[in-house]
Amino acid sequence: MTDIAMTQTDTQKQRAANAAEAVRRSLKRRYAAEARFKAYGIGAIAIAMLTIVVLFGTIIKGGLPAFTETVIEMELTLDESVIDPQGTRDPGTLARANYRRIVFDALTAKFPDVTNRREKRELTAMMSRGASFQVQQLVTNDPSLIGQTITMTAPVSSDFDLYNKGVINRDVDEADRRVSDQQMVWFDRLKEQGVVSTQFNFGFFSSADSREPELAGIWGAAAGSFYTMLVTLLLSFPIGVAAAIYLEEFAPKNRLTQIIEVNINNLAAVPSIVFGLLGLAVFINFFGLPRSAPLVGGMVLALMTLPTIIIASRAALKAVPPSIREAAMGLGASRMQVVGHHVLPLAMPGILTGTIIGMAQALGETAPLLMIGMVAFIVDVPGGVTDPATVLPVQIYLWADSPERAFVARTSAAIMVLLGFLVFMNALAVVLRKKFERRW
Amino acid sequence: MAKENDHIVKSFDEDLRQLDNYIAEMGGLAEHLFADAIKALTRRDSELAERVIQNDKRIDDLEAQVDSHTIKMLALRQPMADDLRVVITALRIASLIERIGDYAKNVAKRTVAISQTPPVGPSRTISRMGNVVQGMIKTVLDAYLQRDANLAQDVRLRDEEVDALHTSLFRELLTYMLEDPRSISACTHLLFVAKNIERIGDHATNIAENVHFLVHGSVPDDTRPKGDESSYTVIGADD
Amino acid sequence: MGEMNTPATNTDAVPPQAVPLEDRETKFHTSDVCVYYGAKQALFDVNLDIYANEVTALIGPSGCGKSTYLRSLNRMNDTIDICRVTGNIILDGTDIYSNVLDVVHLRARVGMVFQKPNPFPKSIYENIAYGPRIHGIATGKTEIDEIVESSLIKAGLWNEVKDRLDAPGTGLSGGQQQRLCIARAIAVQPEVILMDEPCSALDPIATARIEELIDELRENFSIVIVTHSMQQAARVSQRTAFFHLGYLVEVDETNKIFTSPTDQRTQDYITGRFG
Repeated sequence: MTDIAMTQTDTQKQRAANAAEAVRRSLKRRYAAEARFKAYGIGAIAIAMLTIVVLFGTIIKGGLPAFTETVIEMELTLDESVIDPQGTRDPGTLARANYRRIVFDALTAKFPDVTNRREKRELTAMMSRGASFQVQQLVTNDPSLIGQTITMTAPVSSDFDLYNKGVINRDVDEADRRVSDQQMVWFDRLKEQGVVSTQFNFGFFSSADSREPELAGIWGAAAGSFYTMLVTLLLSFPIGVAAAIYLEEFAPKNRLTQIIEVNINNLAAVPSIVFGLLGLAVFINFFGLPRSAPLVGGMVLALMTLPTIIIASRAALKAVPPSIREAAMGLGASRMQVVGHHVLPLAMPGILTGTIIGMAQALGETAPLLMIGMVAFIVDVPGGVTDPATVLPVQIYLWADSPERAFVARTSAAIMVLLGFLVFMNALAVVLRKKFERRW
Repeated sequence: MAKENDHIVKSFDEDLRQLDNYIAEMGGLAEHLFADAIKALTRRDSELAERVIQNDKRIDDLEAQVDSHTIKMLALRQPMADDLRVVITALRIASLIERIGDYAKNVAKRTVAISQTPPVGPSRTISRMGNVVQGMIKTVLDAYLQRDANLAQDVRLRDEEVDALHTSLFRELLTYMLEDPRSISACTHLLFVAKNIERIGDHATNIAENVHFLVHGSVPDDTRPKGDESSYTVIGADD
Repeated sequence: MGEMNTPATNTDAVPPQAVPLEDRETKFHTSDVCVYYGAKQALFDVNLDIYANEVTALIGPSGCGKSTYLRSLNRMNDTIDICRVTGNIILDGTDIYSNVLDVVHLRARVGMVFQKPNPFPKSIYENIAYGPRIHGIATGKTEIDEIVESSLIKAGLWNEVKDRLDAPGTGLSGGQQQRLCIARAIAVQPEVILMDEPCSALDPIATARIEELIDELRENFSIVIVTHSMQQAARVSQRTAFFHLGYLVEVDETNKIFTSPTDQRTQDYITGRFG
């Protein structure tokens, strides 16, 4: 009896020993597999990081020049005979005066040896058109300046800006260059005189689009984006959240709600240009809303963002533990009170995160807005949701399309601005989520 | 003595079986002890009586073991319902068996004294009482181990006979003492012996009532028949 | 050998369980209660009465239907779509499933404490103030302050939290959280409190405190408690109902159930012979 018992324990011991040995052998294999897997992961991250660095690097390198502008300090004689011959100081007269002449005179004063008409034209081509607008602004704001000689810094035209930054190659043949040899000589002389400097290009952020690259800014597009986002947010957030609440908390679970859910999920994957077509056909053609307006753009983007918000909100609502609902119901709270007092506040961080991400996506949308006409060349900054406007991504598209050399840098600069906004919005989403995370 | 329905935790069943084993052992010892005491009395065997007096200690030891075992079970198992009744009755029955052993020991003690006096008459009645009570002890222990309440009821009823025998024995001994004052010493001892045997019978009946409680969860509601009128017995010189 | 059930001859202080059945006030009278989850039947013709100002314990193995029965007493089963309840559940003479009694009002009269403590992620004060506010039991700061204080005192939590009422409810220990949930439930001044395994997530000391609390609450409320621990049911309740596979097998005084139950199934469950 005892012998059998002994062999039984021996077999058990043997089996245990075999098992331990097998485990030990497999360990080496498993650890090797794990190390390989880790290496793949690190490699993938390295490649991704490299790509991002290259991408961002290229954009930043290309865009940095647009943030500085070359300016010339010049002395302008605000000749009354030119500006206001009658001396009425009438705003209308002041506005319409020939300020180009004043700039022209200032320049030619610097180069008295320029007498030829053609050469004079070449000389004045150095200054940006905006210079004369600047003088106009100065005079209309302060008419007392008339008759005085003032010093003013005005931007040079884009070709000279490029020349100053070394983008235009001196060695290329004159016929292929944008600046002639003579202009180069004059410019260099001005530089020797010390009146040429580069300063931060505030105009980039404060002016709207323009034909002249040196005067072009993103403010118009930014304002257009702002109004469009405003309309999108005001439309998609309440509708999306309310729809999510109804579907999650109140709707009975039957075929109809299942179909609705499937359709919402599909809508999230629909190409955005389809929404643009929808906007064109229904909002503009059928309802007759103004073309190119942020109102229509916002409505189209709202349609696009709604599925994202609904899906994110439903997930946030589902994540609220049922124990909270039960506790509230056990106390005698009605359905609405349970949702309004308990579920919604707890789901709000998730909802907000989803909304911000949806907004960030909408901010970068171009195709649907092209369809509804927000691709026009708009010079004025839009003042409301019904004024024609363009948005940042479209502005980038337009500048990228432009033949002027100087727009290259500006395109990259605008991309940087847009990326900056998107990074900011996503960072905001992360911060919000961390801040409102609660322990149940 | 395996239940059809075992506890999920097997060690609980083992503990309960251990309890039964203790009681069975105690009961067996008490049975033998009493049988030996009666034998020693009827044969006037002092040596046997001395052995009985010694052996009672084993019953006392077992009772202490049952005590600690039941306390352990109460603390560690928190028994409920029938398990609780098993533990409580085991405790009580052990105490009763220990008392039975003590009474048997007392009978043996008196036997030593009686065997030094000339023999007196009613050994037949006493041995008859002893037989009945022996049967009661055996039956009631079987009833306990088999959890049989009907068997226990039989024991209760038989006590009536023991009581009747005791009453008649009482009269008999009184009569002898009146007739022959030299027998007073022996008869007085015999009176006590009779009383002890009657008490053993009562304890057996108590055990039976505990068995009933164990099985049914309540005490038997009929008062058991009592036939002991020795307390009222008076014999005058003119009887 | 003493006799067992001697009736109390001293009638000055009659313990509750000695009150004869006919004289006790019935809080809930339930008859022929069946509960279905879709096609599956979970409760079969349950007939059970809950009496006022005493603790009734529901015991039974997992899946026997005791929690289902408990939740049908305050219509929490309504929240489950596929759940259907038939039969009569009558609270103080009114059928709780009739249109006469509003479900929200019912839940204010019949409160519930759950297995895992679930205080709202708000301050302790707000947790307790919520119920009275939404039911309009108390308005204005002084009234609500009073209710918060008295509920916390009744729940035995006041001394521990009185100087940090604004601290979040979720920052308390498990036992304190459960007492907070009990305080929250009694703040609404219910008549019946249902407890679904309230101590199963707590350590023995916290459990003992809650059991003491239940004993004190018995004075003013009727309590129905579902518990997995038979010792707890034995300690805390006056009447115990044993459920098995959806049937109510036996219901009786707790004392009787745990010393000599009538049904073999009850006996087997209590002594650990199955389930």
